[in-house]
Amino acid sequence: MSDTTISIRNLYKVFGPEPESALQYVYDGMSKEELNSKHGHVLGLSNINVDMNEGEITVIMGLSGSGKSTLVRHINRLIDPTAGQVLVSGENVLEYGEEQLRQIRRKNMSMVFQHFALLPHRNILQNAAMAPIVRGEKASEYNEEAGRWLERVGLAGYEDSYPHQLSGGMQQRVGIARALTSNAPIMLMDEAFSALDPLIRTDMQNLLLELQEELNKTIVFISHDLDEALKLADKLVILKDGEVVQQGEPQHILLNPEDDYIVDFISDINRARVLRVRSVMTPRKETAETKGEVSCEATLEDVIAQTGGEPKGTYLVIQEGRCVGQLDMSALMRALVPQKRSEQNKIE
Amino acid sequence: MASYDFLFDALGLRKWCDEAGSSTPTSMADLLAQASGEEIKTTAWDFPFPSLDALNEACGQLPETRNLTKGLEDGFLSIKDALRFILDPITEPLSWLLDGALYVVEATPWWIVIPLLLLATFFISRSWSLVIGVGASICGLAFIDHYDYAVQTLSIIFVCSAICVLFGVPIGIAMSRSDRLQRACIPILDMLQTLPTFVYLIPLIFLFSVTESKLYGIAIILYAIVPVIRLTDLGIRMVDKDVLEAAQAFGMTPRQKLYQVQIPLALPNIMAGINQTIMMSLAMVVIASLVSAPGLGVLVLRGIRSLELGVGLVAGLGIVILAIILDRVTKSALMRVNSSQKS
Repeated sequence: MSDTTISIRNLYKVFGPEPESALQYVYDGMSKEELNSKHGHVLGLSNINVDMNEGEITVIMGLSGSGKSTLVRHINRLIDPTAGQVLVSGENVLEYGEEQLRQIRRKNMSMVFQHFALLPHRNILQNAAMAPIVRGEKASEYNEEAGRWLERVGLAGYEDSYPHQLSGGMQQRVGIARALTSNAPIMLMDEAFSALDPLIRTDMQNLLLELQEELNKTIVFISHDLDEALKLADKLVILKDGEVVQQGEPQHILLNPEDDYIVDFISDINRARVLRVRSVMTPRKETAETKGEVSCEATLEDVIAQTGGEPKGTYLVIQEGRCVGQLDMSALMRALVPQKRSEQNKIE
Repeated sequence: MASYDFLFDALGLRKWCDEAGSSTPTSMADLLAQASGEEIKTTAWDFPFPSLDALNEACGQLPETRNLTKGLEDGFLSIKDALRFILDPITEPLSWLLDGALYVVEATPWWIVIPLLLLATFFISRSWSLVIGVGASICGLAFIDHYDYAVQTLSIIFVCSAICVLFGVPIGIAMSRSDRLQRACIPILDMLQTLPTFVYLIPLIFLFSVTESKLYGIAIILYAIVPVIRLTDLGIRMVDKDVLEAAQAFGMTPRQKLYQVQIPLALPNIMAGINQTIMMSLAMVVIASLVSAPGLGVLVLRGIRSLELGVGLVAGLGIVILAIILDRVTKSALMRVNSSQKS
């Protein structure tokens, strides 16, 4: 198991003129609605406890207004919490002073924004090189680095263009190159792909996964799109009205939703495309007769395609050449049954 | 007698009022009444508003309105020397700048000044058609012997606008960073902008001698500095919050944010403010000819004073031409900035 890089503890955020005193009501058990109607304060985040592991993509998902963008801004303290702790590599960033905070933003964290937030008066190369420019490095040093990352995200040759000359997808590629050029181990992505067309979004998701394979950054990804979340997440955190409803491995959440809210959420997705063999496989029984081999990371859709829709039989599950278990087609079928209520259809 | 006698009688102040004696001169109406031997009846119809003058009529202790204006004048005159002692040395460089600029444009021959102006036009606008337009306008004015007046007006505008920008942009930036300063400044800016242009000149005439060029310089600057302050403030406040957030997230210091993000992104608005400032200083420079500002305004004034219709109209037309070229040149610079940072 990898180390915890970012750890959020008992985090509360209350918006309003007197958040401190309003927080007391929350501690005393007042609901979000009551706090709003009686005291005019909005409870943005309530008792958040999340650990984010090094080298993993943690996706924070929720509908608009669930507080996910607020939450990610607590990590680099664009927003200060009302109460709680945010530990980054073991240090509480809330105790940081102005200068320390600036250093951690310059060196340890980068951010990608929903609406790109590029500087319109600077060309693409300078935009990509924003982090070294802010750090005060020389142009001769960072130009090569920025150029390299621009090439990596597929924007070679656009160095001298300006943001307004680029399409949305290309602008967000610049946003990603900018975050990568900073060489920070932590990348915060606030709805980074939400403003893009579906096709471009898929491209960008693949690009991110590809980059992540070689870079192994700690990525916090905010999304309101479940398909996107399931595709990217090593760990999924589902927020609702400023509270964590469920967090964990996405396959696990999909198979064991703890809450009706999540059931509603996941009822629309294509389970065959998201669930993987490793989530539904069972330990290998020597006695069972097998019809063939399937990969551990294959989605159920892949398996169905591979077997030609054959509803019966058992397959060997292979991971890196080793047999790690077996897959019953009947178990696969059960896993595909849409869930109506969280108590039903628990598949083990 | 007076309409408000009843009020002071009712309040029991009659005695106090009469102590002052009847300082007011007897009104014509009273004299007439005395002559005809009958009391004037004030009907409800022409019952006066309880103004200072009306109340003074009933009670001598209260001041008249003319005491108010007189008091203001006396007050100003009494602080005048102290004010002059402070303001005179501070504003002296303005006189030097204006006199210097006027001397330079008058001493330099036209065949140097006009090409220089065209060169400046090109560098600001990067448009040949605009350069041709400006050249034709200035040569046209020179052809009808208005060259000297036109360049005098232009040099005053350059000096005053430059000073407006020099002070206005920092003031605007300061306003954008502090809501309290903004609240304090906006009424002052509103007043400066709405005060009738002639009114600027009145206290200045008391403070400085009419022959000093800083007199009109200050009037022009006070009048014209408003838009550049306002639009700098507005421009910086309107900078995209997302971009600012990104700047913050990448660890920019407040100074880096100001110079690398806020000012560049507010530049279109600041340029619009400069354009307005130049146009307003042009408007004021004409009025400032009343207090010895040289230039086309002098000819307009001559047209009014001695009813020389042609002189006034031609000079007025000259001002229109100057206004158009100044506007077009600054607007083209604005367009250039705008097109380079559409989002």
